[in-house]
Amino acid sequence: MSVRRLAEKQPPSFAFTPENLAWAKAQIDKYPRGRQQSAVIPILWRAQQQCGGWLPQKAIEAVADMLGMAKIRVLEIATFYTMFNLSPVGKFHVQFCGTTPCMLRGADALKKVLRRMIGEENEVSADGKFSWVEVECLGACVNAPMVQINADYFEDLTSDSLTRIINDLSAGRTVKPGPQIDRINSAPVGGPTTLTDPSLFAGEADAKGEGDAPDDEAKRPGAAANVHEAPIPKPPIADATDPRRQ
Amino acid sequence: MLADKDRIFKNLYGQHDWRLKGARARGAWDGTKDILARGREALVNECKASGQRGRGGAGFATGLKWSFMPKEAALGRPHYLVVNADESEPGTCKDREIMRHDPHLLIEGCLIAGCAMGAHTCYIYIRGEFIRERERLEAATAEAYEAKLIGKNNVHGFDFDIIVHHGAGAYICGEETALLESLEGKKGMPRLKPPFPANMGLYGCPTTVNNVETIAQVPDIMRRGAAWFAGIGRKNNTGTKLFCISGHVERPCNVEEEMGIALRELIERHAGGVRGGWSNLLAVIPGGSSMPLIPAGPDQADTLRMDFDGCRDKKSALGTAAVIVMDKSADIVGAMARISYFYKHESCGQCTPCREGMGWMWRVLERMAEGRAQKREIDLLWEVTTQIEGHTICAFGDGAAWPVQGLLRHFRPEIERRIDQYTANPHPEPVAVAAE
Repeated sequence: MSVRRLAEKQPPSFAFTPENLAWAKAQIDKYPRGRQQSAVIPILWRAQQQCGGWLPQKAIEAVADMLGMAKIRVLEIATFYTMFNLSPVGKFHVQFCGTTPCMLRGADALKKVLRRMIGEENEVSADGKFSWVEVECLGACVNAPMVQINADYFEDLTSDSLTRIINDLSAGRTVKPGPQIDRINSAPVGGPTTLTDPSLFAGEADAKGEGDAPDDEAKRPGAAANVHEAPIPKPPIADATDPRRQ
Repeated sequence: MLADKDRIFKNLYGQHDWRLKGARARGAWDGTKDILARGREALVNECKASGQRGRGGAGFATGLKWSFMPKEAALGRPHYLVVNADESEPGTCKDREIMRHDPHLLIEGCLIAGCAMGAHTCYIYIRGEFIRERERLEAATAEAYEAKLIGKNNVHGFDFDIIVHHGAGAYICGEETALLESLEGKKGMPRLKPPFPANMGLYGCPTTVNNVETIAQVPDIMRRGAAWFAGIGRKNNTGTKLFCISGHVERPCNVEEEMGIALRELIERHAGGVRGGWSNLLAVIPGGSSMPLIPAGPDQADTLRMDFDGCRDKKSALGTAAVIVMDKSADIVGAMARISYFYKHESCGQCTPCREGMGWMWRVLERMAEGRAQKREIDLLWEVTTQIEGHTICAFGDGAAWPVQGLLRHFRPEIERRIDQYTANPHPEPVAVAAE
């Protein structure tokens, strides 16, 4: 458990943008009728993004009104789930993993870099660009040590590579998420020890040449931390006969 | 070593196309209609015959779990399949690879598992931090809808909807009833059992919660047959498993291997060995941070077989098969204190032994890491772990007590050495003692 309270300084009002309002309505429709409360976490998350990465009290209340929930029920969700930031964060919010697998691979050195370049934990840097927080296991342990910056994971870090990433982000340059050393995702350094039999992928060679390029999104430079989470195509809800609407 | 042709996750490292076309070329969605046509009972029996045990940590037989679902859906009480993709156990990073690199195996598995339990709706609960993985999974789901593989009036003749839902950073939501609470839009606090989810789960309806890896293995089990799966590994520990090897090894990695592979072979073949050689091994946590550590030694890690029974024989458990390796340079007490901090941070606060005990254990362990403690506190700490274990609503309390017990069982002399070292040197502050 950790103590989490609302920020002292709060904006006077909150209203969803029309796009986000439509998006929220579509979220509610994903769940059975009368179970709109299920959508509370995704909608709070969208509200947090609209507010620049944190949740003001008015946003929490607006979500409660939208879902017909008591305000305290939404407030307790916002305080229970630690990804909801209750006070402002920097444009680039760094979540630093300090749990044992990362700690064993040298996460403490990264913490020093964050202290030096950004400042104390939970404080926004003077230029408003950065903030950092130590979080618990982010689930990329074979690529330790790592941090998450906004939506992206930066893995296999050293003090130098983290310094470079923060400098690049600060200067507005694009950065490449994923492993920061020569390595394919979670495969061992130097190349996979398994899945080397080409006959496994014989079918792919046949399927190629019909248009789609193979996926190397993980290595593509465009999808970087400074690109905000895009709205995602959701499964179509066909019409009034859809069982989810009943 | 497992042959490449027997591997299920052929795109584990994301070197190939994750999209529908690529997945199909690797064998996904092949003959799914015929598999569904076998009928509910046959699917459950096939799964039982394969001997598959849940890959999420507890290792409960999957087929048996499915068979607990009511035979017929009562009016107004639809069945639900919920996939637990809230992967947060320290050391574990296998489900993430499935969701971002082989999402169609998971989606196809959801359809087959849904058919086997009469569920027409599936929720995939993915942890909030996995934003990119969620986008990938949602894109793959949209592809499957578009190709009419799932959805209403799909080509398989079994109406099936998949909804991707996400959390917002709470380890406890990986516990199945906490996950259901969270999915209903509440705080993730575990429910008392019984009633079990198979009777009263999501929205009070019959529900089965399965791990991502468990579900993603199902299509291959059905396609290649239970005998193929049961032929890998040994009795009660069948099939393949994704291992996550992290910590003090030369080349940390994820790898799919046969159940029951020797720990040493696993580490040396795929992860380049322990840093400084096998003789430099101090201890290993075989199954994610909740499981007791196993020290180096001829009767311990040297002869450890990585499956459910093999780990149980060494007084630990396979858990999620996340191997955290520590070499002799590791501060073992400090590493365990950090794990205790994790549990203190992630306790939902519902049960007193856990809420209060986690912080207490962490504070004592932090002092023990420095040696700033009394030797009698070691026994006291053991006593407290037994007071937590088995006295909470969910298994979180056990999972937090076990790693501490593992430390005390195997590294008591190390703690005593630190206490001696601390007391041998003069300090201005008196040594603190835990309140009893």
